[in-house]
Amino acid sequence: MNTDIRDNLLQDIREYLGDGLLEVYLDYKHPLLLIERDRLHDTCRFLKNTMHFIYLNEIIGTDRFTSEDRFEVIYHLVSLRDRQRLFVKVRVDEELPVLPTVTDIWKGANWNEREVYDMFGIRFEGHPDLRRIFLPEDFKYYPLRKEFPLLGVPGSLEMPNSTPDHD
Amino acid sequence: MMQPDPTISRKKPTYFKEHQEAIYKSLEDKHATVEIDHSDPLATRMTLNMGPQHPATHGVLRVLMELDGEVITKCRLDTGYLHRGIEKMAENKTYQEFMPYTDRMDYLSPYSNNVALCLAVEKIANIQVPVRASYIRMICCELSRISSHLLWLGTMIMDAGALSFFLWTFREREKIYDIFDEVAGHRFTVSHSRIGGVNNDFTPVAEEKIRKFVREFPDELKGWHKILDRNRIFVDRNNGVGAIGHEDAIAIGLAGPSLRATGIAYDIRRFEPYMLYDEMDFMVPTRTEGDNLARYYCRMEEMSESIRIIEQCFDRMPKKGPIRVDDAKKSYPSKDEVYYSMEGLIHDFMMTDTGVCPPEGAESYLAIEAPKGELGFYIQSDGTGHPWRLKIKSPSFSNLQGLETILDGEMVADTVVLIGGMDPVMGDSDK
Repeated sequence: MNTDIRDNLLQDIREYLGDGLLEVYLDYKHPLLLIERDRLHDTCRFLKNTMHFIYLNEIIGTDRFTSEDRFEVIYHLVSLRDRQRLFVKVRVDEELPVLPTVTDIWKGANWNEREVYDMFGIRFEGHPDLRRIFLPEDFKYYPLRKEFPLLGVPGSLEMPNSTPDHD
Repeated sequence: MMQPDPTISRKKPTYFKEHQEAIYKSLEDKHATVEIDHSDPLATRMTLNMGPQHPATHGVLRVLMELDGEVITKCRLDTGYLHRGIEKMAENKTYQEFMPYTDRMDYLSPYSNNVALCLAVEKIANIQVPVRASYIRMICCELSRISSHLLWLGTMIMDAGALSFFLWTFREREKIYDIFDEVAGHRFTVSHSRIGGVNNDFTPVAEEKIRKFVREFPDELKGWHKILDRNRIFVDRNNGVGAIGHEDAIAIGLAGPSLRATGIAYDIRRFEPYMLYDEMDFMVPTRTEGDNLARYYCRMEEMSESIRIIEQCFDRMPKKGPIRVDDAKKSYPSKDEVYYSMEGLIHDFMMTDTGVCPPEGAESYLAIEAPKGELGFYIQSDGTGHPWRLKIKSPSFSNLQGLETILDGEMVADTVVLIGGMDPVMGDSDK
């Protein structure tokens, strides 16, 4: 990976975002940006259209278990042209876990956002089909939140009938 | 006007009521701009439920299709039947304890999953792996790629109607199982890789077996090419089926051979070389058609490239050397130390109890090119021996999302071939 490309990229993003860029963290290779929640949608559009991050690899949800800005959603983007990965983070509060959807920018965000919703209960505004992806709709908990017990909640799921007559 | 047949039950499934309602409602909402003709006197429209118990869905995938005659007008995939909450389990285990669980994700190529996790942990904890261990890992990863593609080949062609192929590919898979049995002590869920290296070195028998396989396999592959490449039935069945352009493929986020079949040469071994792949000489097979036949060619060529990589690994591999880091803070001590010295025993206990502790607040991502595509682990550490958050980027999940788009407008008889061609593994997708 070319460090010049990365530095130029970070410079451009800094210029575009200004105060909206809260923090830059370099994991051993890839940059992770923490940006303001309100700037998420336009930043994503900018990154796709101008910086050529056309491939959305995944969306990661995290529970930081803090009283403020409890959840963190990380968008993992890949630029095939520059051979560069970029992680864009936003933080959401527990009181109002709502984010704007990016399905209009990357079509592939659809299932990824559904997964984050399923696991953490973060809703994505404007998502075309926000259903749970792994667990059934009847399940009322969000299992990857830290307070959810490892052994599950007894009785939270009605098990299907195993007899043909349903009795 | 045709009367509805009273013997056909119109009753929808009764378990998980809200879930069933939501998925049927979503099927109706999809492509809301398409006008639906409610009169339909010939009753050509129907909703078809395929799976989750269906031999051609390669696991427990449920496909809901709305059909107009033989054409799928829209479809929805229902996943999650194999959801075991692997990410939640990871948060409650040490890194090494979690490694055997990765075997059960993409259970057709367990070795790749082990290596992916170990590499990710080694990156975040800053551990350097001995050279010989890297070569052993590469050889076994390529073997597991061949093994996974062999299963794809057998089942995909079986879905297309040719049964004997399944037996031929499984005969070759059996040889790879035997190799893994000799290398790791297990045939299927190998758990051979360790953080900081591998569990044990190749035995002379194992090395001989791999060399024999590498010598003989290309001939088999050539024979299969001979049967399939110009086979009228096979080509007609796959040519132009499930075609997707490279722009759509990028937008929907396809991964692995399915993406490369559209012309995007996105292979992590080249894009972001891990282990020693940057020293290897190999090609990344691509096609531009993006249909099922292109996926077939990509995977077949990948198998022969894997053979080339294994041959190069044997040429370059140091004949002797450590296979695990010799640092008690980073990796398990060897069994000799554990049995014959007090320090060794204490270190072994500490590794089992706490294990590797990456620095507090560290975050990192590492991906490898698994047989199905990019398999990545994103780890957030809180400084203890357990990950604070471990996210798995699984290739089958991305490919299934693409399948939902690809299936629209296809014939219902092609569904099984398309699922076979995409090669999803539900253990991988459902986590």
